[in-house]
Amino acid sequence: MKEAEKLLTINDLTVEFTSDREIIQAVNHVSLEIYKGETLGLVGETGAGKTTIAKSILRILPKPQGRTKSGSIIFDGADLLSISEHEMRKIRGNKISMIFQDPMSALNPVVSVGKQISEAIMLHQKLSKKETKELAIKMLEMVGIPGARYDEYPHQFSGGMKQRVIIAMALACRPELLLADEPTTALDVTIQAQVLEMMAKLKEELKTSMLLITHDLGIVAETCDKVAVIYAGEIIEYAGVEEIFDNPVHPYTLGLFGSLPSADGDKEKRLKPINGMMPNPARLPGGCKFAERCPHASEECRSNEIELADTGEGHLVRCMKCSLVKEAR
Amino acid sequence: MATILEVQNLKKYFSTPRGLLHAVDDVSFKMEAGTTLGVVGESGCGKSTLGRTILHLLDSTDGKIFFEGEDVTQVNRRKLRQLRKDMQIIFQDPFSSLNPRMSVSDTISEAFYINGEKNKDYIRSETRKLMDTVGLARIFEYSYPHELDGGRCQRIGIARALALNPKFIVCDEPVSALDVSIQAQILNLMSDLQKEKKLSYMFVTHDLSVVRYVSDEIIVMYLGQMVEKASSDELFKNPLHPYTKALLSAIPVPDVHHKKNRVLLQGEISSPINPAPGCRFAARCINATPECKKPQKLVEVSQGHFVSCSKVQEVK
Repeated sequence: MKEAEKLLTINDLTVEFTSDREIIQAVNHVSLEIYKGETLGLVGETGAGKTTIAKSILRILPKPQGRTKSGSIIFDGADLLSISEHEMRKIRGNKISMIFQDPMSALNPVVSVGKQISEAIMLHQKLSKKETKELAIKMLEMVGIPGARYDEYPHQFSGGMKQRVIIAMALACRPELLLADEPTTALDVTIQAQVLEMMAKLKEELKTSMLLITHDLGIVAETCDKVAVIYAGEIIEYAGVEEIFDNPVHPYTLGLFGSLPSADGDKEKRLKPINGMMPNPARLPGGCKFAERCPHASEECRSNEIELADTGEGHLVRCMKCSLVKEAR
Repeated sequence: MATILEVQNLKKYFSTPRGLLHAVDDVSFKMEAGTTLGVVGESGCGKSTLGRTILHLLDSTDGKIFFEGEDVTQVNRRKLRQLRKDMQIIFQDPFSSLNPRMSVSDTISEAFYINGEKNKDYIRSETRKLMDTVGLARIFEYSYPHELDGGRCQRIGIARALALNPKFIVCDEPVSALDVSIQAQILNLMSDLQKEKKLSYMFVTHDLSVVRYVSDEIIVMYLGQMVEKASSDELFKNPLHPYTKALLSAIPVPDVHHKKNRVLLQGEISSPINPAPGCRFAARCINATPECKKPQKLVEVSQGHFVSCSKVQEVK
């Protein structure tokens, strides 16, 4: 095993949103670690709390309704949740940057793409105007856009190219950690393949660590080193990527795999969807949050809070029926 | 089996300030009753336009569409209304395709009122039956779309399409807005309904693993043209057009031991406005030669496998 350094540690993070009358528990006691040069995949369905975790790291939760209720996020020896806003600004977009899902709405339509990249550089680096522009052009070329298009506006680019502009912007300050929130979901498959290939190459060159949020298990298999599966704001399974794909344990993870049309195209095999729906995050049940949809659930699943337990070799699972599930598989 | 749909040289052009946009250009195919025809391609390739033109939601520019032997492009309005009972559509976005001010039962029963049914008791019982069929619990009868999640809204869309016992349904990306676990529920429902009611589906999607799972035959489109058509198994085992190859190899496979053998495409889709004659894929194709600038013909290379590429022998 290589000795890797921890870059980011999230301990017991809990995030709540307050709406009219309800309190929505979006993230519940999430702990995770990202090592240098590693890609951690965050997998789960809409509303599971994936994006909220990424936004808490950058402290860009919508205010005043969203707040981190407890926990700590340690990055570079400092707790991001307790440092001043002034300190946070030095980190945001510089050491940690984020790629948003929708390339169409993440760019300013009335500023040229080159200027938008330059702006990010000027905020964090002391460079002359000329050097800034040179670096911005270099970034554009790195993501495969000719530097001559520096002065063009977002509407002159296609979806795939806009997403590359955003990646160029996110990488301009050579961040140590990149938070990628569904970076290719809005793109077509052939363009997605181009962007993923490029991100893998850039990651190799710049040694950036990445938190990749996605619901596409194919992308996870291709790009991640470790995977955390999120359900109703909790991590329910956490392991290395090969371990998760070869040996999934939690019934929800198994359900996700069963929902996918099989790769060999066997039409006789019926899909095995997960019955029912995710619980309302404003009224989470006690005990296992997945119990209502789980084929193995019993009374004790509903009555006890279940801990994330190690089933061997760092494969963490939040399920008290692990051995039973393994047999049934 | 009987042919339910035959499309001959169908064209749909839109006029834009910069010229004619060739959304669907010279597409021809036949479809058997009770089967599923998948239509795949990237955004802007004309797959949704093809579906809507077949239903006559859009007027075609040229070409013929035979539904059970009758040319849809030539019928008058009264006849069209009758045909519409047999041809329905399920839309992509389950939220925006429903009227936010109509409850679930209003939305589903509207189809009966429009077609002249007056017996309210009959309509109510049929609506409830449809809700049972698509797996919507009775408690949602008077709910509004904003109270329901995406999967349930899509079930309303399916119930509405089924109301008049159609024979043919265009499914325009019916599951792409849904999470995988819900997507599987809807796909299972659609396949059960097909078996039970002998439906024919035209399944328009960009999700290649879904299309492989549901389709008997698949059409691959690129910039308004059909570049390849084959049975689902044949297409995935033996893709011939360079674009199909690139498209299939671009799917991320949910298997850590899968060996990648990816054909990465350079560049992006060119503009569909006033396209030059010849192969539209040539600019991104690794095998392209000056020859490819001539118009391409769809050639049957083996039983039921059609390819539009003059280099197909060499590519093989």
